Amino acid sequence: MNFWQGLLEALQSLSSNKLRSALTILGIVIGVGAVIAMLAIGRGAQDTITGSISGIGTNLLFVVPGGSEEVSNPKPLTLTDAEALRDSFVAPSVTGVAPIITGNVELSFAGESLFTQGYGVTPDYMPVRNVEMLEGEFIGEVHILGRAAVVVLGPDAAEELFGRSEGVIGETVRIGGQPFRVLGVMVPRGGSGFSNPDELIMIPLSTAQTRLFSRSRDSVDMIMVQAISAEGVSRATEEVASLLRTRHRTAIGEDDFTIFTQQDFLQTATTITNVLTIFLGGIAAISLLVGGIGIMNIMLVSVTERTREIGLRKAVGARKRDIMLQFLTESSLLSLMGGLIGIALGWGLSTLVGVIATSQDVELLPNMGLDAILLATIFSTAVGLFFGLYPAKRAADLEPVEALRYE
Amino acid sequence: MTDGYVIKADAITKVYQMGQIEVHALRGIDLRIAAGEIVSIMGPSGSGKSTLMNIVGCLDRPTAGSYYLEGEQVADMSDDQLAAIRNRKVGFVFQSFNLLGRQSALNNVELPMRYAGVNSGRRKRAIEALESVGLGDRIDHRPNELSGGQQQRVAIARALVNNPAIILADEPTGNLDTKSGEEIMKILLGLNEDFGTTLIFVTHDPEIASMTERIIHLRDGLVEQDRQSERVANQ
Repeated sequence: MNFWQGLLEALQSLSSNKLRSALTILGIVIGVGAVIAMLAIGRGAQDTITGSISGIGTNLLFVVPGGSEEVSNPKPLTLTDAEALRDSFVAPSVTGVAPIITGNVELSFAGESLFTQGYGVTPDYMPVRNVEMLEGEFIGEVHILGRAAVVVLGPDAAEELFGRSEGVIGETVRIGGQPFRVLGVMVPRGGSGFSNPDELIMIPLSTAQTRLFSRSRDSVDMIMVQAISAEGVSRATEEVASLLRTRHRTAIGEDDFTIFTQQDFLQTATTITNVLTIFLGGIAAISLLVGGIGIMNIMLVSVTERTREIGLRKAVGARKRDIMLQFLTESSLLSLMGGLIGIALGWGLSTLVGVIATSQDVELLPNMGLDAILLATIFSTAVGLFFGLYPAKRAADLEPVEALRYE
Repeated sequence: MTDGYVIKADAITKVYQMGQIEVHALRGIDLRIAAGEIVSIMGPSGSGKSTLMNIVGCLDRPTAGSYYLEGEQVADMSDDQLAAIRNRKVGFVFQSFNLLGRQSALNNVELPMRYAGVNSGRRKRAIEALESVGLGDRIDHRPNELSGGQQQRVAIARALVNNPAIILADEPTGNLDTKSGEEIMKILLGLNEDFGTTLIFVTHDPEIASMTERIIHLRDGLVEQDRQSERVANQ
């Protein structure tokens, strides 16, 4: 039996009972739709997260205190550690060092108040993070030396306090009850996700140490290190690590600090989103399985209903594999159609999620890859083949005499 | 083939296992049918005539005995080999027509050729077969658009389209009114006249049997009587 004829006959047979065929493929439609939507949304989320991590800058290292748990007597990171990292002989791959202490602060101005994160920074923060000013200036050496009560606002922080992000220089805001003069406003960085970088406020490190965040003398919460280039990141990491090991007198493998690079963040985020995608995809795959069982059920009914037809076909010369092929064609055609409709459904679903996310100011662009479409098509057809196998075998194994006599 | 017999069956038995009980449907049948004969097989129900028809039509295998169809030993063939034999050498006409309801008359007639792998000239041959049963103007009609007699004619066209050695007709007029029944018999007998097709009828109806040349009576799985019909005797 010719392939196209078989296909045509299968189509005729399926279309002769449209409602039943439609209900049968519904399971596959939902399953494939769910798989496609989950994969597309998962990928969109991944793109968003990796995008915002990439925004950090490819040549940055984050050094934080604390390392493996067995370290006895761990030492904090200090300003002198940061100072030592500036030595271009010891750390030639390092071009900028910015020690930071962080804390939560409450800002208030004329009855408006805002809880946000405050960074105590040195002027080095500006080149290391490529900070640009919307207006005013960044914290300078003079503010550090004088422990000046000045603050640089993120654009969103300014917006929330003043209702505008420009023309606010010279205003006095209160931080933790103490008056601070607004020195400048930073350009929006964009990128959402973990914390909003545009809501941050910056104050001089020395001021933060003495007046806002109580820290033991000299210790800092993080040192941002800028490597000379993206390629120099691993060398810079080595240099920073060996210098800190020497200074902290720790044994190798017992670091009392941890260095993260953008690569590490990316990797972690990718791992998490991958696990999520697989998890969601797995749940969706279960519904695909249920859809397959639905197909098997209907094919079994169909074989029973068409016993006489099978008998007749055998009487006029159909071999086992002719009958087998006929029913397999039908079941895989069913599931293939379900798969195609499911792809459309998945596309619609993920687009809808993207639209809703955008309307909620969350950046999420569902990403439906060609490979996902291909995978869904192949997989759904395979489901039809697999679950059609048993009914088809049953049809093929019918005795012609019995089948012809079947009422 | 060599000795002119289309069907040469010797000592055919068929035993069915019904639970614990063995049912002996055929107890040793010898049968010779020459090419071009018109034979009817008669007998009360339970006589084994359906079983014999199934074996003669290669739908089933005998439990013991040998059966040559056109010189080919079919008693021990595999299922797929039997399918091929049925396809090439046997045409079936059933009491209830057994057409594919969703397919046109043409497609129904083409079906055996499709399983035979005939591609070129298939449509032409099918149309010719339909024309030969007088349905040249109905090729695109579906069975539910045709009368019972017309449906049976489609079935006959389907049976003869692969030029079989024998046509097996199982109560071919059983579901038809007298007039259509007569037409069907005329067509079938005409095939024998025109092409020398061997016809085997399985029937209860003595009137049908009387139109054939030879009547084989079965009883309890054995041939009770094998005689020429009045039609031949009177000639």
